[in-house]
Amino acid sequence: MTTRVEKVLEIADDELILGWRNSEWTGIAPLLEEDVAFSSIAQNEIGHARALYEHAARELGTTADELAFDRQPEEYRHSRLVELRLVPDWAATIARHYLYETADEERIGALKKSDDPELAGLAAKIDREEAYHRMHAQMWFDRLREEPRFAAALEELRPLAETRGEHTPEFVELWEEMTSVRRSLAGATW
Amino acid sequence: MIYEVFRQERKGQAFAHAGSVEAPNEEFAEAYAREQYGRRGESTALWVVPRESVHEIDDFADELQKNYHRVDGYPLKEKLGRARELAAKSPDELSAGAG
Repeated sequence: MTTRVEKVLEIADDELILGWRNSEWTGIAPLLEEDVAFSSIAQNEIGHARALYEHAARELGTTADELAFDRQPEEYRHSRLVELRLVPDWAATIARHYLYETADEERIGALKKSDDPELAGLAAKIDREEAYHRMHAQMWFDRLREEPRFAAALEELRPLAETRGEHTPEFVELWEEMTSVRRSLAGATW
Repeated sequence: MIYEVFRQERKGQAFAHAGSVEAPNEEFAEAYAREQYGRRGESTALWVVPRESVHEIDDFADELQKNYHRVDGYPLKEKLGRARELAAKSPDELSAGAG
């Protein structure tokens, strides 16, 4: 596997797992409007994951579904930051959202300059949607910045953005849930 | 705070009331309006307005029933109908009617 495909998979895994975690707020977000907005962001993240898996799958001669759901937990390359189950802690959820979007902006920016024109184009498309995620993260950051719980969550979560490799038992639980349909129903697709 | 959201479906069309969003400030209101009324490509533009900026007027005095002020004051449809009926009749019928 080339470094480039590894990087694409790493981003795809981050987006998939964060999309799952953020979607755990659907129906229980602090206010109805936020419920709609945050669920929509979660959906976008999973959409980005799908596009990136499709790209990687073409290079690896497999399918997006197989990459998303047929790997073992230890094969996922996402960061510790995205796999934590943070419901019902909204301050920590927003802290993660802010940290993730900040780090992701840089990464997607680099991908836009890829010498693979297809990948660069995909990154540009993703970035246009991420712009709204960043706006959303920024407005919440501005609103919560004076809140001690939020500041503490930021400090606690910050180092986890670049912690990759070993996964927590929380992720294994999520993996069970995420892949259960695929594992019990042969041929189930995304 | 409640913000009223108006939505324009196509360029050049009038904005119509779409609904409202509750948000702590303008920035949140815009983000929420975008998500609820714009993300499926159903709008070309939105207006987001604090509810208290909308002045509602619902008292319209018309004590003397001056129906000639209203667009339905002249029942043109009925008059046209009668004229068409008349035009369809032959001159004989018309004169017979007159006799």
